[in-house]
Amino acid sequence: MQIGRVVGTVVSTQKHRKFEGAKLMLVQPLNVDDTPRGHALLAVDGVGAGVNEKVLVVLEGRAAGEALGKKGAPVDAAIVGIIDTVSIADD
Amino acid sequence: MQLARVIGDVVMSVKDENLVGIKLLLVQPLTPAREPAGRPIVAVDSVGAGVGEEVFFVRGKEASFPFYPAEPPVDAGIVGIVDHWDVGN
Repeated sequence: MQIGRVVGTVVSTQKHRKFEGAKLMLVQPLNVDDTPRGHALLAVDGVGAGVNEKVLVVLEGRAAGEALGKKGAPVDAAIVGIIDTVSIADD
Repeated sequence: MQLARVIGDVVMSVKDENLVGIKLLLVQPLTPAREPAGRPIVAVDSVGAGVGEEVFFVRGKEASFPFYPAEPPVDAGIVGIVDHWDVGN
């Protein structure tokens, strides 16, 4: 799974039927120091996340489908949690 | 999934039998700022997308799900046409 920040929302009328009712969020993956890493991706939201929130994103089809609550959905990414804190232990 | 723009199409006469009747489009992945994000890829279409449209596509075997029970050998598929997106609050 990856840590990311919700940076926006996407609106799509003409889409696969399994996306009906799903919220589509633009998520920027983050490094552990909160700097952006790579390009923003699109994830379905399973937890009611909002823009600017730090979230946990699962990047695997079956898991994303389960987060969406729909089997056989053509999805590959889903927000599965809103992150309160991330702690890194000192060596 | 990822944002992209449809920039072309791909036609094949010789192909896997499970690809017969399936539309193949060339898509350029995009950043939210509409800049290219990596190089173009070929994706199957199940939502009636056309050249010039902004879409989102799924990667992996889930790209074949819209064609169930057929199982075309594909790893990227357009699953929505984007009306618009908003960045920030």
